[in-house]
Amino acid sequence: MCMRDGLLAGFAAGLLAAGVLALPATSPAAAAEGRYGFGTPATPEELARFFAIPPDGRGLPPGRGTVARGATVFAEQCVACHGEKLEGIPTPGIGGDKLIGGRGSLATKTPVKTVESYWPYATTLFDYVKRAMPFSAPGSLPDDDVYAVVAYILSQAKIIGPDDTLDATTLPKVAMPNRDGFFPDPRPERRLYR
Amino acid sequence: MTHPPVPIDEKARRQIDGMIAAEARHLAARRAAEDACPCQDGMFPAGPAASRRRFLFAAGSAGAAAVAAPALAQTAPPGAQYFAPQADPTKEQGRPVAGDGGYGSRSQFETEVRWRYPTPNEHTSWSMTPLDHMLGNLTPSGLHFERHHGGIPTIDPNRHLLFVHGLVDGPRKFTMADLKRFPSVTRRHFIECSGNGLTEWNKPTLKTVQGTHGLLSTSEWTGVLFSTIAREVGLKDEAAWVLAEGADAAVMTRSIPMEKMLQDAILAYGQNGEAIRPEQGYPLRLLLPGFEGNTHIKWLRRLEVSDKPFMTREETSKYTDLMADGKARLFTLEMDAKSVITFPSGEMKLPGPGFYTIAGFAWSGRGRIQSVDVSTDGGKTWVPARLDTVPEPICTVRFSLPWTWDGKPAVLQSRCTDETGYIQPTLRELVAIRGANGPFGSVYHLNAIQSWAVAADGSITNVHA
Ligand code: HEC
Repeated sequence: MCMRDGLLAGFAAGLLAAGVLALPATSPAAAAEGRYGFGTPATPEELARFFAIPPDGRGLPPGRGTVARGATVFAEQCVACHGEKLEGIPTPGIGGDKLIGGRGSLATKTPVKTVESYWPYATTLFDYVKRAMPFSAPGSLPDDDVYAVVAYILSQAKIIGPDDTLDATTLPKVAMPNRDGFFPDPRPERRLYR
Repeated sequence: MTHPPVPIDEKARRQIDGMIAAEARHLAARRAAEDACPCQDGMFPAGPAASRRRFLFAAGSAGAAAVAAPALAQTAPPGAQYFAPQADPTKEQGRPVAGDGGYGSRSQFETEVRWRYPTPNEHTSWSMTPLDHMLGNLTPSGLHFERHHGGIPTIDPNRHLLFVHGLVDGPRKFTMADLKRFPSVTRRHFIECSGNGLTEWNKPTLKTVQGTHGLLSTSEWTGVLFSTIAREVGLKDEAAWVLAEGADAAVMTRSIPMEKMLQDAILAYGQNGEAIRPEQGYPLRLLLPGFEGNTHIKWLRRLEVSDKPFMTREETSKYTDLMADGKARLFTLEMDAKSVITFPSGEMKLPGPGFYTIAGFAWSGRGRIQSVDVSTDGGKTWVPARLDTVPEPICTVRFSLPWTWDGKPAVLQSRCTDETGYIQPTLRELVAIRGANGPFGSVYHLNAIQSWAVAADGSITNVHA
């Protein structure tokens, strides 16, 4: 550590002496703190366009959406690839996943993994739809429409009621059927050491 | 291999049938090329005897070449340019120096290509490395396997930024020029998709090692250690996870334990001595040695330091391992030790009894490969193989074993042990632990011993033994 600090200080001094401080970043201050100082501070405005929503709902945007509005969004934006009944469309060129069904199938010989049967958190659905859907125009939905279409999918899956509204407070509280269906990786598998 | 037959639903059958068909198309194209190109004899193709017909590359592969050399498109495979072969290259001058514009291409006689898994949507799909035709330990960058969820973006490196924020003292952004000013590391590591072999759980399905194991590639990677960047931004005490996010249409995200990030994560911009290929994340990708391929976020634009994982779609809906009891393993990140024989392997044909050098790859996500054993009798007896490359941490090794085939049916297998003492299991052992609930049960992390049957006529097939 000490050696690195010394090197950095020397490096910064060298830059000063050579008069090359027109190069961005590396300031004597950064070097004194043991940093290279490359890069520039990121401002809150720059970071505002990013999101990733964990299960506690941190970072969920303002806005709200009803199941009724979601039915319209789904019909306009999703149905072509995911089907009238959210059953998925496997035809070439489309390939939208089946979104509902499969509850109770996970321990059978033909498990069907969908938002309804498998996904542990409703926040993941919001995050993913806002991020990557509709596949043909990712990230194009206004937040109200994301809340709405998530509400529609969850109501078709009978996880929330047909009159429910989702927003930053209610979404993280949605109880997904497979919430407790996951456990930490036990590998390397102990049985291989018997 | 005897476990109860697995009922396969309609979706699974469609996927598997599609994959078999895609492999068959690829094999037909390869045979057509081999048939016309006697230079391939050394690889023991199982196709018809090589004839001296004029070199003609199969339709379908010609499209990519058309971009590079429109006038010569019919006659050069992807990644090559066509030149008229010389009758006697000692009697006339060859091509002028740097006539290629300054960037070389492979020989027009080399026809190996990746082939794509026929998912219905070609923007979310994967392609496999032709392991059976690899001549060394590193995968040529143009043959590195691919898995994309929203196509391959075209990113101007001069405009690309990496943001590092969250539980840090000072959030920062870095240009590519900034990142390249930091001290760098250069290390050889494999990347393997945890879906490698997913068709092979229940019965032998694909014919070639490209199909069964082709979601594996090895490169030399160059970049900045995450730990270097961590000191620049300053980590808070609660920092336990890092969300990595890509700049593609999937805006791919995975949560990575901080322990791993600080251990050996690389923000890589170099691959095999040049800039990372667009399909591999140009201009910047996350490299997590030994973790499943999906976590090596390509087109990396953001690292958000957090106290908890984010539970993104890829780490819940996908890349979790559903066991027979209906519960699923979460964050199954490490790739277990694995090996496979690539010569001889599926769809090759030994011309007759005699001497052969059995060869293949072994690798482990937990460290170096310690040893590899080979069996020619389906696992009854084992012989230590020679390691042909120096084992490096979390990197493939090539192994080989001289073998005199007596012309009788044989079953070839390889089994590796890594430096932790983990021994590659049999398929029977894995299925006993994880259950056999079909192609939509536990599909990932198949690292079982692979068997190739040698028939009396020399033909090699994929079997469960
Ligand atoms: C152009 C076709 C298309 C449209 C339109 C589309 N999707 Fe998708 N959707 C896909 C494809 C393809 C995937 C699989 C992506 C992948 O492989 O990563 C997918 C995946 C999903 C998933 C993940 C399913 C899972 O089990 O992991 C959800 C949820 C989803 N879409 C919701 C939506 C919603 C909501 C809309 C409308 C706002 C929408 N999609 C519009 C094609 C489409």
